[in-house]
Amino acid sequence: MALQSLDIARRSATTTPAPGARQTTAVAKLIDVSTCIGCKACQVACMEWNDIRDEVGSCTGVFDNPVDLTAKSWTVMRFAEVEENGRLEWLIRKDGCMHCADPGCLKSCPAPGAIIQYANGIVDFHQENCIGCGYCVTGCPFNIPRLSKEDGKAYKCSLCSDRVAVGQAPACVKSCPTGALQFGSKEQMQDYADKRVKDLKSRGFDKAGLYDPPGVGGTHVMYVLHHADRPELYRGLPNDPSISPLVSLWKGVAKPLATLALAGVALGSLFHYVTKGPNEVSKKLEEETEAES
Amino acid sequence: MIRNPKDLLRYTPAERANHWLVGICFILLALSGLAFFHPAFYPLAQLFGGGTWARILHPYVGVLMAVAFLSMFFRFKDLNRITPTDKEWLSRVGEMVDGSDHTMPAQGKYNGGQKMLFWLLALSMLLLTLSGLGLWRAWFDLPVGAVRFAAVIHAAAAVLMIALITVHIYAANWVKGTIRAMWYGTVTRAWAKQHHRDWYREMTGKP
Repeated sequence: MALQSLDIARRSATTTPAPGARQTTAVAKLIDVSTCIGCKACQVACMEWNDIRDEVGSCTGVFDNPVDLTAKSWTVMRFAEVEENGRLEWLIRKDGCMHCADPGCLKSCPAPGAIIQYANGIVDFHQENCIGCGYCVTGCPFNIPRLSKEDGKAYKCSLCSDRVAVGQAPACVKSCPTGALQFGSKEQMQDYADKRVKDLKSRGFDKAGLYDPPGVGGTHVMYVLHHADRPELYRGLPNDPSISPLVSLWKGVAKPLATLALAGVALGSLFHYVTKGPNEVSKKLEEETEAES
Repeated sequence: MIRNPKDLLRYTPAERANHWLVGICFILLALSGLAFFHPAFYPLAQLFGGGTWARILHPYVGVLMAVAFLSMFFRFKDLNRITPTDKEWLSRVGEMVDGSDHTMPAQGKYNGGQKMLFWLLALSMLLLTLSGLGLWRAWFDLPVGAVRFAAVIHAAAAVLMIALITVHIYAANWVKGTIRAMWYGTVTRAWAKQHHRDWYREMTGKP
């Protein structure tokens, strides 16, 4: 159920305006990759607060554990070893929902109210309205939502919308021991990121920058990257992500056009009948065949 | 039922049963599929017990339709070969739509329009089946690029099929004396002579 204390900006599969009497400050989580130590306290805090326990996996030879996002693991640390300027760099990225301003999942979702975008920018799944079609997975440019094998519903990070609604920071942010995770208004986070980027530049990372991709209208989870020119170094963080043109076609212009076309065919048929009349067997032919036999 | 012993058999009981199996599947698939396509149609999901049930059932009904359609395809494909007469008929389809079909070239069991419908339905059925499997997350997990492509193909082919079937249903109602061929198999001799004269000649040996 949508939270009473958070106003709604957009609701999946809904063509009328959402309730929006109040103006809400846009919030954001900032993930400073350069100060993350990969301790996974955020993963633990996410499990704790949301009360989800994934299956215990097995070691695959790397630090990633679990190895991928699942319906029960809404955030995962992804570790990458890259060589830059002859030096090994261990890049650690906390992966999870980016809370796009223009969410591909919400655009694709056919179930009214299964995906809600709050006025503060949080994109939330409401599983009681979810029908389990997986269109959100198809629509997401970041490969985030996961369908549960157990209940057939889609799950992902909620940015702790329940905590944010009562003025608390998300659980992961609360648990971060190095301050790599920050939470506040989007403006504050952009200011904070500026300082971090300046600091990184002064330390020789001249391509450092903020990852707030404009292709999806900006995101409410942002990264400070040492190599902002090559986000794909961070285990495939997409460079310039946007909603696929195929998804925009399918869940955009095709919907009204196809509906109009089908209505046109149906109404055209009706009015053809009304204006031309039925195509009857002619009386003359009927008499002719009658006489023949 | 034979109203008149002179009536001509157009469809055998097996052909009729096959047609209606495909028809029932189509109606169920169109209603549930439209529910996922545009929010205006979402209430149709209630006919299936809600959105989740519509999502679960739609692909299984789709598989049934694909199998039943394939059976119908093999029954009728030889009768639907396009001939030069069909091309002439198609080039003058405007006269037919205008209601003056008595000037149209004599047709066999199917006219050019019916044959076009047959092949276009076969094409959309093929596209719907293949793309539908790609969208079926309960059993398949294709790369996201392929799924996005399948979603567009599935929607486009579905719109084509719904439009074709609308025309098909309309034509059956517009041309009086037609629907009984699919209910109980027979048509009158006058009907056959007017709409499918070559087939009438073949069936009766009369000019």
